Amino acid sequence: MNPFRRSPFVIAATILVYFFLYAPIAGLILYSFNASRTNVTFEGFISAYSENVVMDGSLVKSSPCGPFHWYCDLAKNDDVTEAAGNTLTIAFTATIIATIIGTMAALALQRYNFKLKPFSQLSLYIPIVIPEIVMGIGILTLFSQFFGWANETFNLTGDARLSLGIVTVTMSHIAFMVPFVTLVVQARLQGFDKSYEEAAMDLGANEWITFRRVTFPMILPGIMSGALLAFTLSLDDFVITFFTNGPGSTTLPIYVYGLLRRIITPQVNALSTVWILVVFTAVLLLQILQNRESKQRS
Amino acid sequence: MLQRLRENKSAQGTLLALPTTAWLFVLLIIPLILTLVVSFGRRSPDGNVIYAFSFDNYIRLFGYSTDCPDGQASCFDPLYVNILGRSLSLAFNTTLLVITLAYPLAYFIARAHPKQRNMYLFMVLIPLWTNFVIRVYAWMMLLRKEGAINIILGWVMNALNIPFTPLEMLYTPGAVLVGMVYEFLPFMILPIYTSLEKIDASLYEAAADLGANSVKTFLRVTLPLSMPGVVAGTILVFIPVMGTFIVSDILGGRQVILVGNLIQRQFLDARDPTFGSAASLILMIMTLIVTYFYTRKFGFGEEIVVA
Repeated sequence: MNPFRRSPFVIAATILVYFFLYAPIAGLILYSFNASRTNVTFEGFISAYSENVVMDGSLVKSSPCGPFHWYCDLAKNDDVTEAAGNTLTIAFTATIIATIIGTMAALALQRYNFKLKPFSQLSLYIPIVIPEIVMGIGILTLFSQFFGWANETFNLTGDARLSLGIVTVTMSHIAFMVPFVTLVVQARLQGFDKSYEEAAMDLGANEWITFRRVTFPMILPGIMSGALLAFTLSLDDFVITFFTNGPGSTTLPIYVYGLLRRIITPQVNALSTVWILVVFTAVLLLQILQNRESKQRS
Repeated sequence: MLQRLRENKSAQGTLLALPTTAWLFVLLIIPLILTLVVSFGRRSPDGNVIYAFSFDNYIRLFGYSTDCPDGQASCFDPLYVNILGRSLSLAFNTTLLVITLAYPLAYFIARAHPKQRNMYLFMVLIPLWTNFVIRVYAWMMLLRKEGAINIILGWVMNALNIPFTPLEMLYTPGAVLVGMVYEFLPFMILPIYTSLEKIDASLYEAAADLGANSVKTFLRVTLPLSMPGVVAGTILVFIPVMGTFIVSDILGGRQVILVGNLIQRQFLDARDPTFGSAASLILMIMTLIVTYFYTRKFGFGEEIVVA
């Protein structure tokens, strides 16, 4: 039997599922070129260029950017730029901290025995088995009760008052990202031959040199994929951010959600399209890099 | 001091694991304990928490009401029980539909030529990495009265000469179901693929040599061996569906209220964090019970980490 043989049923179902996955995205992109400001029906592309935006009712007749009118509109939107900045700041900071402490924990859980070990291991599964909203409101309660107490006790006023913001969002993101980093690195450590480390030690390397020259390079791909996973989780997060953000710490998903509850112009579609393109390019680049690395190895 | 630490392996392990464990303790375990404490409290008139030890919130959640029509002192109000039931049944339906759609695709990828597998998987990941909120918005545009689905249906009906009035699909339970399936489909495809890919090809040959046809091979070899993937996928889909409130908020409007919406509103609009905390603990207990029985029956695959 040919192991690659697939029945017509499987092929038909596959095509259908891929269509289901991509049709909404295609629609989203198409409507980012919509001439209609209200964006309810597709009223054609904006075909003409002009120095200023010319409107006819809710239709954009011509624009300095032509068909890309909504993309130019987007670039001029300060709220979007601010939200994008926040999203990236939070994702980078949280990823760096989560990757460092998560890798340390993976090493501890895989290489050492200590009293706290069962508890440490078990706590990693919390974000997987508990709905995000439960964590979100729990963290919100913690912060609001603690901040209320601290502001009152220490008589904090004005800028010194503790409140929800970019710091609380970053801290909460680290909390749900760390377990994923640790589990991914642990999986990598499990499949790795300890005799390399023993050989290094036999040849006179101390523990630190063994780690730096042997262990670390071998688990680096695991650390990288853990970090990448954590980064995408942070970029995508809505629920935890929703409950822990404050004034000035709006992220892109929160911003888009806010727009959906008000008037939606094709600007939202333009924003979504840019987002999809950025993610697509980033993932494609990573894929190419990984392929090159695995080719070099073999 | 440093010398002693160098010799004490157990202390080294504790130190390495400490940042993560402490972080998770402060930001995940303490909040859960706090939620439990708050859920026994009462709401103050300005929306703050008065700490107490009362089961009022739980009694109210399970239908006890003092706001009755015929002047009774108390009666049964099914409002919140219905919300819990609706969330559970939606999560079950979503999971079943997602398995049905994900399995053939995962099977297709696992049986594809090894060189092409990465590309097919990549194609599954792209929609997953466009933002969650953006994906709900995409469906909002499709399901609208003026949206693409109605336009295409209109063309088809027109060609067949059947009179057609656009369907009201947005703000219905069906819209929420479709949105949920779309959001969580990739989380099922990846673990099923991982477990299918691990199956040794010689097992198929053995089954064929022993005279099994393709249907029998699938039922007796492929399906049982891919169960760990289905279990992992179910956990990755069922739990978030139970707690999500964006999909029902945007595609269900005010028509489809799930336990996630209930909790969110208690914390933002209605401002009763004590009742919201009780609801969120009940949600957590419900998902833990379902997950516990489900994994005890089918086992817990390592596929969960891969996805």
